[in-house]
Amino acid sequence: MEDRILLAHGSGGKLAHDLIEKSFVSVLDNPLLAPLDDSAVFEMSGRLAFTTDSYVVSPIFFPGGDIGKLAVCGTVNDLSMSGAKPLYLSLAFIIEEGLLLKDLQRVIDSIKTTAEEAGVRIITGDTKVVERGSADKLFINTAGIGKIPEGVTISGSNAKPGDKVILSGTIGDHGIAVLSQRQGLSFGTKLESDCAPLGKIVADMLTASRNIHSLRDPTRGGLATTLNELAKQSKVGIRIEESKIPVRDEVAGACEMLGLDPLYIANEGKLIAIVSLEDADTILAAMKRNRYGQDAVIIGEVTAEHPGRVVMKTALGSSRIVDMLVGEPLPRIC
Amino acid sequence: MRYITEFRNGASAKGLIARIAQTSKHPARFMEFCGGHTVAIFRYGIRQVLPKTIEMVSGPGCPVCVTATPDIDKAIALAQIPGVIITTFGDMLKVPGSRSSLQKARAGGADVRMVYSPLDALKIATENPEKSVVFLGIGFETTAPGVAASVLQAEEQNIRNYYVLSQHKLCPPVIRAILKAGEVKLDGLICPGHVSAITGSQAWEFIAKEFGIPCVVSGFEPLDILQCVAMLTAQVESDESKVEIAYRRGVTREGNAHALALMNKVFEPCPANWRGIGVIPGSGLKLRKQYKHHDAEVQFDIKVEPSIEPKGCLCGEVLRGVKTPLDCGLFRKFCTPESPVGPCMVSSEGSCSAYYLYGSELI
Ligand code: SF4
Repeated sequence: MEDRILLAHGSGGKLAHDLIEKSFVSVLDNPLLAPLDDSAVFEMSGRLAFTTDSYVVSPIFFPGGDIGKLAVCGTVNDLSMSGAKPLYLSLAFIIEEGLLLKDLQRVIDSIKTTAEEAGVRIITGDTKVVERGSADKLFINTAGIGKIPEGVTISGSNAKPGDKVILSGTIGDHGIAVLSQRQGLSFGTKLESDCAPLGKIVADMLTASRNIHSLRDPTRGGLATTLNELAKQSKVGIRIEESKIPVRDEVAGACEMLGLDPLYIANEGKLIAIVSLEDADTILAAMKRNRYGQDAVIIGEVTAEHPGRVVMKTALGSSRIVDMLVGEPLPRIC
Repeated sequence: MRYITEFRNGASAKGLIARIAQTSKHPARFMEFCGGHTVAIFRYGIRQVLPKTIEMVSGPGCPVCVTATPDIDKAIALAQIPGVIITTFGDMLKVPGSRSSLQKARAGGADVRMVYSPLDALKIATENPEKSVVFLGIGFETTAPGVAASVLQAEEQNIRNYYVLSQHKLCPPVIRAILKAGEVKLDGLICPGHVSAITGSQAWEFIAKEFGIPCVVSGFEPLDILQCVAMLTAQVESDESKVEIAYRRGVTREGNAHALALMNKVFEPCPANWRGIGVIPGSGLKLRKQYKHHDAEVQFDIKVEPSIEPKGCLCGEVLRGVKTPLDCGLFRKFCTPESPVGPCMVSSEGSCSAYYLYGSELI
């Protein structure tokens, strides 16, 4: 029998203690975590960014990532989108009784690798074990703190007419990679999730120019929903060109088969930047030098017309309004 | 997968658009049967680039939309039976029945689960041997073979607690019914791509022969559809009516013999109730007698009260192609994808949701 998580692992007794020591602390080791006091204690000053998110994904391992990598990247990216340098994360697990210990270890190892790459430290955490059926294998919550550099003011409400809209790469990779693992949807694809920490590319962009008005990572709801949020928050219109938007052949193929629109499919390692016209090329060049921005491209611009609306010029030359996602994108039946 | 980029190629599209504009002399009304086509036509703004002479109308090809209210009620009633797990494609959850929806039934404690394929449902059946797991079999010739395969697999593995509530429908009979009714005059039919992959393009030959209407099978990419419209236009202008295929990479004249054999092994034709159209003989599929122990209709005592149609909803007319969602007083004001009144607003393949998402006037 392979070792599995038992209810006792969450009870606060010896088993729980051993699990925390062996599986978490020794792997994620750092001076702020090590004392294992009730809270992590540290000094900080200046303008800070603070965010939290919970992660549920089925299956917990998917091509190109897993729930642990997702939990680190998601929170790191939320911090980065306010221009902050991500520093510290908290990590809370809700584990379904019966999870294989080796799966848990694999997730924690992945958290370690991703946190190292992102340059963040896990400084506090918690684990709970719930009865079989009360959770789906593993849920993770992370919260994060980051520091905003002097002179940086990035917000979804800062987009201005004339600004350029930059997309950091191909869309839909994460959503389709996860979907491809669902039972009964076997379409042969080697596609991997784009799940990645974006702190470094944002730092590179800010070094190139401070004229970045808005940043956002188009996760759930995809590019279309995120652009709509930005247009509404800034009370501006956004115009994009379909032919400029990079989509991998595998994603386009799966979308055609399933009747999904890549504009609404989730990404986990992409960002949209709305930047001033003068600095657009400099910022684009800085993005292209980073491994997570090689396919970056200007996909459109901000307009004073049609505030709150996103309009797309289609590959056929017609124009149409691109709305927010309503409901969740489901594969077609017909 | 290279063809994807080719099939969105703007340059070839412009060539096709120009060709259509040049050939088209007489007014022509084309119906796209399939909801997938409706969505693609809106998503790529195809109506906008066609000449004024060509009018496009949407047809009844959305499996969720054509499911009649009494059938939805039946599924909801089944969900209330203790020990039953209902498994279904996601779109069905939100479709309003007379008094409730599967989603509301779930919130009220019924065990209703969304699956991506009948094989997921079969897996749930093996994992829950003490429960009765029912798969809601909706869809056309495209989904029926997969459901048939799941029944055969249940047989083979002796999974006795797996049932299908078959509400499958067949496309050729409904097209015949619409054309016979003569309510909507058509000059061409854009035949469904995925359905034709199973049935073969031969399934539409009666339309060309008996009704003299040009037919072209199309794929779902903008170039496929433009190609299809160009071929239909050419037929109209030269006064021909035949079945052609603009989707060679997916469809043959004969279709998929293996899938058809699976379907025929497990199912037999039966009358089916289509929303807005009524009961059409031979347009549905039910499980054959030898599989009756997997037939939810036979195995459960499902009690349903008389159904009530949503007031003011024009789904029936929209499905027949005689009205558009814009004719509906509830559209956008009271009926939205978040709180849908009729199924055409629920389904991602429904005309109302396509109009809602992609059809707004440009400002
Ligand atoms: S807009 Fe709503 S109420 Fe009107 S026909 Fe469509 S689904 Fe029915």
